[in-house]
Amino acid sequence: MPTQRHWREIPQRYRLEGNFCPDCNRYFLPPRLVCPGCGRKELTPKKLSRKGKIVTFTVIRVPPKTQELKTPYPVAIVETEEGARLTCQVCDCEPSELRIGQEVEIVFREVMREGKTGVIMYGYKARPV
Amino acid sequence: MREVAIIGCGMIRFGELWKKSLRTMFVEAALKAIDDAGVDRIDALYVGCMTSGLFVEQEHLGALLADYLGLAPIPAIRLESACASGGVALRQGFLDIGSGNSEVVLVGGVEKMTDTDRVTDGLASAADQEYEVFHGVTFPGLYAMIARLHMEHYGTKREDLALVAVKNHKHGTMNPHAHFQREITVDQVLASSLVADPLRLLDCSPVSDGAACVVLSSLEWAKAHGKTPVKIIASAMATDTLALHQRKEITTLGSVVESGRKAYAMAGVGPDQIDFAEVHDCFTIAEIVVSEDLGFFKKGEGGKAVREGLTGLDGKIPINPSGGLKAKGHPVGATGVAQAVEAYLQLTGRAEKRQIKDARIGLIQNMGGSGASSVVHILEVV
Repeated sequence: MPTQRHWREIPQRYRLEGNFCPDCNRYFLPPRLVCPGCGRKELTPKKLSRKGKIVTFTVIRVPPKTQELKTPYPVAIVETEEGARLTCQVCDCEPSELRIGQEVEIVFREVMREGKTGVIMYGYKARPV
Repeated sequence: MREVAIIGCGMIRFGELWKKSLRTMFVEAALKAIDDAGVDRIDALYVGCMTSGLFVEQEHLGALLADYLGLAPIPAIRLESACASGGVALRQGFLDIGSGNSEVVLVGGVEKMTDTDRVTDGLASAADQEYEVFHGVTFPGLYAMIARLHMEHYGTKREDLALVAVKNHKHGTMNPHAHFQREITVDQVLASSLVADPLRLLDCSPVSDGAACVVLSSLEWAKAHGKTPVKIIASAMATDTLALHQRKEITTLGSVVESGRKAYAMAGVGPDQIDFAEVHDCFTIAEIVVSEDLGFFKKGEGGKAVREGLTGLDGKIPINPSGGLKAKGHPVGATGVAQAVEAYLQLTGRAEKRQIKDARIGLIQNMGGSGASSVVHILEVV
């Protein structure tokens, strides 16, 4: 993956910098240029809360090439306090103990690395609290 | 819009076809369809293919396949909408003839999936690369998250999912073009290896090579030339967010609801009048959710319907008589067209052992990704 492809996502991946539509009260990560609900183009920048809960989850046992060394690993859809949703891995947990509705915090973690000499890409993962 | 009909079909048996290239598979299926229709003219070619660029590093399929069919210089293009590529190619053919631009059109779908060791990565390109795939989620993983929530909200049982695979494998034994033509049991599904909890290997459609084609013409042309037409009485497509997590609902596929609603309105029929359906069972949970979202069953009762046998060949609404993606195979770009092949065979009384008695109206539904696109066609005996 070209370095710039990860680099330009850094505000979202490191700091959860999204935006929201004040008319629809909807949050977006990544930030959008136009609200899909009402068409509003002046959206407000907003960092998402790092507190949330698990909406649903799975445990990946047949991974994409980039994640082969971590298998098996849990992945969840997490809803943050303000109602934004994102997909990420769940870390520091026993996968068999995960449950729907579980409270999590969104933490900064390595997500993938490109071979032995490539870029290490950081981002967010969820950790049960 | 002019009235449009399917007048012939052809497909090759799906499977791991190591001896056949993408172009060979397609030409074989296309020649069968052209022969079946008995036509000596093709005005345009529309090919559905998801990702020949990633799988075999071949793009520009329209010109390549028109050339190898001996049809150049006709206009020919490839259409892509992930796993719904075949369905959107069919819709393109429908629109081309309906508009009066063409009279006889060849619609095909093709995918070569066994020439690469990166199938999972290639298929994942139908999801949001930066906000789903980056985090390590796969397609089985996305449908597994739908399944877990469906089980939590509606009490759908793990065994209900298995019964979808058992049913579709049973149907596959009656389809000479199916990748798998053997029955499986619930115990075998539940003992197969976990792919993404709670989905197991036998909940997943296979990686298949294959091609399927249909010939379309205007209904008027078909009648004037003594063909055997099956009328396309609805063609509808809808989209949703690419990322599953951005949808309001996770256990309802909005694009399926919307494409179904538009198709029923266009055809002037409701779900109760459909005699059979071919739906996109890329995973067992997908068939259950789609059967609800198309209105065959109430939300949350799709699992129960399978348990009660309502979706078998003799059921209230037979679903996937061909064996579906699960048993017939899922060469992604070919799937939407193979559904049209099955509907044409059923509606012309040529579906052999799996023939649904007195079938007059069939619905086919093809979707891309975790439901970010859905295409529905409704077909009727003339």
